[in-house]
Amino acid sequence: MSEPLLQVAGLSTQFHTQAGVVKAVSDVSFSLERGQILGLVGESGSGKSVTGFSLLGLVDPPGRIAEGSIRFDGQELVGMPQPDLRALRGKRIAMVFQDPMMTLNPVLSVGTQMTLAVRAHDKVSKQMARDRAVEALTRVGIPDAGHRLDAYPHQFSGGMRQRVAIAIAMIHSPDIIIADEPTTALDVSIQAQILHEMRELAKDSGTALIWISHDLATVSSLAERLLVMYAGTIVEEGPTARVLRNPRHPYTRGLLDSLPATAPPGQNLQQIPGSMPSLLALPPGCAFAPRCSFASEVCNGDVPYLVTGPSAFRCHHPIGEAK
Amino acid sequence: MSETFLSLDAIIKRFSPSLSVGDQIAARLGAKVETRSVHAVDDVSLSILRGETLGLVGESGCGKSTLGRIAAGILPATSGTASLGGEAVMINGRKTTTEVQTVFQDPFASLDPRMPIGDIIAEGPITHNLITRSDAKSYVGGWLERVGLDAGFAERYPHQFSGGQRQRVAIARALAMQPQLLICDEPVASLDVSIQAQIINLFLKLRRELQITCLFISHDLSVVRHVSDRVAIMYLGRIVEIGETETVYSSPSHPYTRALLDSVPKLVLEDDALVELRPIVGEIPSPLDPPAGCSFNPRCPMARDRCIKEEPQLRAMGTGQQTACHFSD
Amino acid sequence: MATPATPLGRFWITYKESKVGVVALGVVAVILVVAILAPLIAPQDPYDLSRLSLMDARRAPGHIGTGGYTHLLGTDAQGRDLLSAILYGLRISAQMGLVAGIVGLSIGATLGISAAYIGGRTEALLMRTVDLQLSFPPILLALVLVALLGQGKAQLITALVAAQYAYFARTAYGAATAERRKDYIEAAYGTPLSRRRIVFRHLLPNCMPPLIVVATVQIANSIALEATLSFLGLGLPVTEPSLGMLISNGFKYMMSGRYWISVYPGIALIILIVSINLVGDRIRDQLNPRLRR
Repeated sequence: MSEPLLQVAGLSTQFHTQAGVVKAVSDVSFSLERGQILGLVGESGSGKSVTGFSLLGLVDPPGRIAEGSIRFDGQELVGMPQPDLRALRGKRIAMVFQDPMMTLNPVLSVGTQMTLAVRAHDKVSKQMARDRAVEALTRVGIPDAGHRLDAYPHQFSGGMRQRVAIAIAMIHSPDIIIADEPTTALDVSIQAQILHEMRELAKDSGTALIWISHDLATVSSLAERLLVMYAGTIVEEGPTARVLRNPRHPYTRGLLDSLPATAPPGQNLQQIPGSMPSLLALPPGCAFAPRCSFASEVCNGDVPYLVTGPSAFRCHHPIGEAK
Repeated sequence: MSETFLSLDAIIKRFSPSLSVGDQIAARLGAKVETRSVHAVDDVSLSILRGETLGLVGESGCGKSTLGRIAAGILPATSGTASLGGEAVMINGRKTTTEVQTVFQDPFASLDPRMPIGDIIAEGPITHNLITRSDAKSYVGGWLERVGLDAGFAERYPHQFSGGQRQRVAIARALAMQPQLLICDEPVASLDVSIQAQIINLFLKLRRELQITCLFISHDLSVVRHVSDRVAIMYLGRIVEIGETETVYSSPSHPYTRALLDSVPKLVLEDDALVELRPIVGEIPSPLDPPAGCSFNPRCPMARDRCIKEEPQLRAMGTGQQTACHFSD
Repeated sequence: MATPATPLGRFWITYKESKVGVVALGVVAVILVVAILAPLIAPQDPYDLSRLSLMDARRAPGHIGTGGYTHLLGTDAQGRDLLSAILYGLRISAQMGLVAGIVGLSIGATLGISAAYIGGRTEALLMRTVDLQLSFPPILLALVLVALLGQGKAQLITALVAAQYAYFARTAYGAATAERRKDYIEAAYGTPLSRRRIVFRHLLPNCMPPLIVVATVQIANSIALEATLSFLGLGLPVTEPSLGMLISNGFKYMMSGRYWISVYPGIALIILIVSINLVGDRIRDQLNPRLRR
């Protein structure tokens, strides 16, 4: 069997702050095949975004990758010198952020930024770079791309700006795009357009996609595989529909039951009591134990190891397999 | 059913750009300065019955929050009146009632960071003589416990709480004024899913206990469906559809409502299911320059000549709701 | 780790992370204490003419004078002990700076916050006036005012305040326009609370942090401005000599080798102004959310 495009093993990212060590990501392992769409789901503080940043080598001090390996197409990214990482970033691994203004420079026209992005990695003429920019904008559904190239980011609506950011990410046909909550700030109707387009783009270009989101429904409409994160660890992983239909980890179950769509209107929702523990002081054993109705003595002592199977999970008391 | 409690009558709200002297001169000299006003709310009339919860749904910029603030007596309307049990909520730009209180979207912004939460909760009731200063401690403690916080937290500052806890404080502040009408402006939008469920349950519990009337504003269709008796859909400053929640959700009659419901991603439980997302084409037009006729016509699959010429009014549908569309039935 | 509840307690926790900031604050505190206690600490009352002897005039540091004690920093042209003169000078300089800063803060904050809160024509009128004034160099304005009003403490403070209130007004206006759009102000309208209460209990306390930063910097500026005016002979009357006047008095002896008469008061002035500015910088860094981790 050939090596997957991206293989993350035992990744731990920590932030050393005045108040102590923040264990943002602990022992995360997963792999991504070429062209695959992977959903990374979790609430705020689950470590999903830091995982994304770690893959790109974008964790700034006081944060650092404490342990683990990230193998991308035969190369080890952990410990790779910054210039080499920069050569990969944007070219072979690209990122789309929740706020497109993280990517876009407000004082440069979109065209200038896109030609700069092209020429950062490919030595082509300005005119060719411009042509590629037009092509990229057209591909993400921006009408009249040739003219829009001279506009500045503030002249675009939120949805259009995110499209431009996606076009910039797509411009080198990267192997992987990491998208961190790219539709969270957008309206549902615009979100639906972008989801639709992302899926088509990924399919056409063979780009693998890591879609980071707090929204199970969005992820489920896009991703083939699902990773559920809680307090810095992956608690469950598997084929999306399988995980959602038959969650084995009580947290995944709880998350699903918390959705208003799952309860009859007006009735109380199944809620997960309490809140996520501080990443500064994670409980020993299973981090979810204090909020878990299945928790027993063993949960407070031992960190559950990953049970693999059709879907993998980290739990001492998994919810039974449905028939 | 019971009588009308909140009534919004032909509310119009325009925001005119406030031009500085320099801008005014520039505009005179022919520079491109924005002088058009934003039509945030465009002739909206609706009523909420005593004891019911009306959900108000729409995308950003549709005017739902502005409408909520007018009903809450925070913003004056350009024209039209909001009245509560027959009495105007605002007279000459000043709020005249304490019967309506608001819970805001962002609990990190809605609590004064320099005040202990006990003072935040007690401030209104003391000012309006609902309680005396000496009663404040036990009163605040009672409310904190009611929203699921420890009575001993009163001395703490907002930054010491998580988002969900802060939203509980914000709910306690609103309810401590003993309002008859609670306006919730996206109260769970900034919270995590598991915390969102806690706050929704708290809301349901308090609503049962207090028999309070609610205007629940949200962009999240599933949350609104869960808590509302009736629902109103807003688009570009107008109400395009209003009716019993289940009717609107199960048989939407305005093309926008239908498209909106179709846009919401649903949980996919089948392997390899090809989820058909049917996004609405195009963007929301600028409220500076709303389209003529029906404001949805540039994006509407069924738009015809009449939709460009004539503005549709709300009318009763066969299924029971009211819809502002020329061609629905 | 227990975080202290009060905003001030939290402020100190982060403030003390900066060594420079803590040292500067210490220096400012020491200077203030010394200035307050000057009459008790100073070896000599430098302005009691009966105690001065021309025999001691212009003596180098270390000279043992007729008073029987060592003049650590030397003496000036009148035979005054320079250390004592500097202590008294610090007292006057610090006093002028603080009073001008606090009065300027009060007037500026009132104008700025009112402009932001009232809006409309009042806002335009107030803020355009402030902008107009900010376009003049403060020293020029102060010079003109001192020339018009004459010498004296009150006159000088008036001049300092007039030259600087505009900075406070600008800052307060900026802070208040940002704060008044926030939800907690809307929540206060929605309760409803009285306008007075909204301004004094909610708006003002939340506008204070940037004002405190500007206040520290402006106190240092006031001290410098006052020293400049005194150096030019336009400041305080000779009976109340500030550091600027001490420097000015020694200036004519600079070239004759008696450097200490000007240099030591100059050093005192620099230490005072630099340490206040360092404290101001630290507070600014700390309140700047972009620099926060």
